[in-house]
Amino acid sequence: MEEVKKTSKQIMNEMTRDVYVRAAEAKKAGKPVCWATGIAPQELMTTMEIDTVYPENFGAAMGAKHLSGPLIEVAEEQGYSNDICSYARNNFGYVDVKHVDDPVNLPMPDMLLCCGNSCNTVIKWYENLAKEMNIPMLFLDTPYNYMDEGASEHQIRFMEEQVYYMISQLEEITGRKFDYDRFKEVMEISMQTGEWWLKAIGVAKHKPSPISGFDLFNYMGIMVCDRGRPEARDLFKQWYEESMEKVARGEGPWKDQEEKYRILWDGIACWPQLNLTYRTLKKYGINMVASNYPRLWMITYDSPTIASMVRAYSENVGANREIPFELNAYLKDTETYHLDGLIYHSNRSCKPMDFKQYAIRKVVIEKTGLPSVIFDGDQTDPRVFSEAQFETRLQALVELMEKRKEGRKEDE
Amino acid sequence: MSDYRALIQELEAVCSNPAAAVAEEMKRSGRRAIGCVPAYTPDEIIYAAGILPVGLWGGQTDIKLADSLLQNFCCSLIRADLEYGMKGTYQMLTAVVIPNFCDSLKALCKNWPYGDTGIPVLGIAYPQNRIPAAFQYLISEFQFFQERLEKLTGTKVTDEALEGSFGIYEEYRKTCREFVKMVADYPVTLNAKTRHHILKAAYFMDKKIYTEKLRGIIEGLKAQPKEEMEQFKVVLSGILVDAEAYLDILVNNHITVVADDLAQESRQFRTPARAEGTALEKMAQRYMDQRGCSLIYEPEKSRGQMLINMAKDNDADGVIAAQMKFCEAEEYDYPIYRKELQKAGVKLLYVEADQQIEAAGQLENRIQTFVEINR
Repeated sequence: MEEVKKTSKQIMNEMTRDVYVRAAEAKKAGKPVCWATGIAPQELMTTMEIDTVYPENFGAAMGAKHLSGPLIEVAEEQGYSNDICSYARNNFGYVDVKHVDDPVNLPMPDMLLCCGNSCNTVIKWYENLAKEMNIPMLFLDTPYNYMDEGASEHQIRFMEEQVYYMISQLEEITGRKFDYDRFKEVMEISMQTGEWWLKAIGVAKHKPSPISGFDLFNYMGIMVCDRGRPEARDLFKQWYEESMEKVARGEGPWKDQEEKYRILWDGIACWPQLNLTYRTLKKYGINMVASNYPRLWMITYDSPTIASMVRAYSENVGANREIPFELNAYLKDTETYHLDGLIYHSNRSCKPMDFKQYAIRKVVIEKTGLPSVIFDGDQTDPRVFSEAQFETRLQALVELMEKRKEGRKEDE
Repeated sequence: MSDYRALIQELEAVCSNPAAAVAEEMKRSGRRAIGCVPAYTPDEIIYAAGILPVGLWGGQTDIKLADSLLQNFCCSLIRADLEYGMKGTYQMLTAVVIPNFCDSLKALCKNWPYGDTGIPVLGIAYPQNRIPAAFQYLISEFQFFQERLEKLTGTKVTDEALEGSFGIYEEYRKTCREFVKMVADYPVTLNAKTRHHILKAAYFMDKKIYTEKLRGIIEGLKAQPKEEMEQFKVVLSGILVDAEAYLDILVNNHITVVADDLAQESRQFRTPARAEGTALEKMAQRYMDQRGCSLIYEPEKSRGQMLINMAKDNDADGVIAAQMKFCEAEEYDYPIYRKELQKAGVKLLYVEADQQIEAAGQLENRIQTFVEINR
């Protein structure tokens, strides 16, 4: 019998699970395991074949599985303020209990890899982990790009120096030499994965879009955990091809609902309310076709060199850039993705993603007239989100989008 | 003998009206002024350019305009700075320098141009990862800052001016270290409020003039007999304690600040410079040597041990963790040093406080109870 080809979704689910399975096996075999921040130079770990897991990804999973609340409480009992990032509180709680009632668990780390491009929060978070567990921390400090044009040459040089420093740490920890040829291959694969990722999420430009935006949140996990592996590149290629077939057939995101409005979602998902937010959007025929969160993993670089790689880690992440970087992308998105509106998640956990929303929203309204709303939520702390507020804001957005559509029809 | 009382009054007056003090100094010296947002900025370079560096540590103001750019869970210091910028309080400034020590500072840098302040920003990115290469990086970053400063202000910073400026700042820092050590001997004159005002005045004055005045206070006090007072001695730790209501509570409860680990106070001057190198090298090295600051990555996290030592060396009755609301850097440090202090038997009180104190009664209760239990 001929073997049925797996869909990209099946592969994605398997790969998501395998990351944790591989790490658990490595731990069992006495090999070192690394914990890394979401957008860190995995290229180093992939080159050294060190299994790496991502507490932010795990936190999101805990949130989506409704397991984050108790972990957060454990962290707060240790003295962690409810003001700090709930991914971090999740993780501190997990470090204490070391096990959750779920098939997937995080093996304890032997080393840490941190990159400061997303926030200073991760630096403090990992500093605490390093101190509490007394394990080495590898750190890429990406100086904040206060210049609109990005990183200066001396900043690139500093980041390159740090990569060499991390390589020396890795050689010391593992007792093995770093293979620069393999590193180049890994960088090449990572670049290709990044390109296929962008291509795949870009399918949402089509109207209707066969991708519902929540696919972006689901597939994103592979970008976080696996982007140095050829399997990830191939997955996104397959997802792209499948999606393009749907485009050719004129399929929208849902079988039982029409795509009426197309929006951009600013901010991280509300993982504990992932289903609820998805269903509510769908109820009104709102498809989230773009989001700045999955786009954070746009670590595409020009050439497989350390300089080019560190530039990407520093410059491609909105949090590490001045407002025009993201603002200009949004203005472009309004056309590319045929947006009808925007929704801003004022996420109690993520200050860097919040503290630019008002400025961006104001300019986007001024320049495009596109309506938008802001709602309060949290990426994994289930206590912040209000279902009633979310739906009310969404209804307001629908009204505004409808009004605008009618206005346009009248103009025609 | 210097009239130390008059000098103290003078510095307290500066603190009660910083804008007037800055305007007066600008007029006196014919210099422009540049605002320096916490926690660390290359003030020596600004001073060497013939410009007065002014510290912008927020303040007690209603937040109205800044609400249009920052959510209310951004710390009060950053929101107050933006508010002052937007409502014109800072209009005398030629520029503001905004460093990158936390996500909220980066947010201030991002949002400033959208606040219609009319004041240009000079960004600067200090290294978090202080591996040996960070030293050279920071020197390059200082040079890059200097180039942009010169271009913006049409000035030229000579090596000679920079060496002179560094000398003035180093003398200022040395004098401050000497001053904070005297507090335990003069707890009546240097009560918590006066001590804070004296230290804070430095942000609005020429450092050379300030240092002379501080020196006058030190010499004047030294000539006096030591003061006896029934007191409760504490080490303050955090970003700042500058709300008048907060300081009043400390004074009313006879709490003497025998040492501090506040970003606004001792973290500015506790680390002395090394003797060798150019001015820029010494500035960079001082930053590389800074320890126990929540705003700079330090995998050893020496703050807990540092606080234990400070409490013991100064015979303190306890440590007050003055947590500025919504300051993540401080919030991350707290659970770690709490454990260490508990283990060492050092009494610790954690109190959240904004620059705008809303519940002074509650704050007073907690502080009173802490004093009563641990006296």
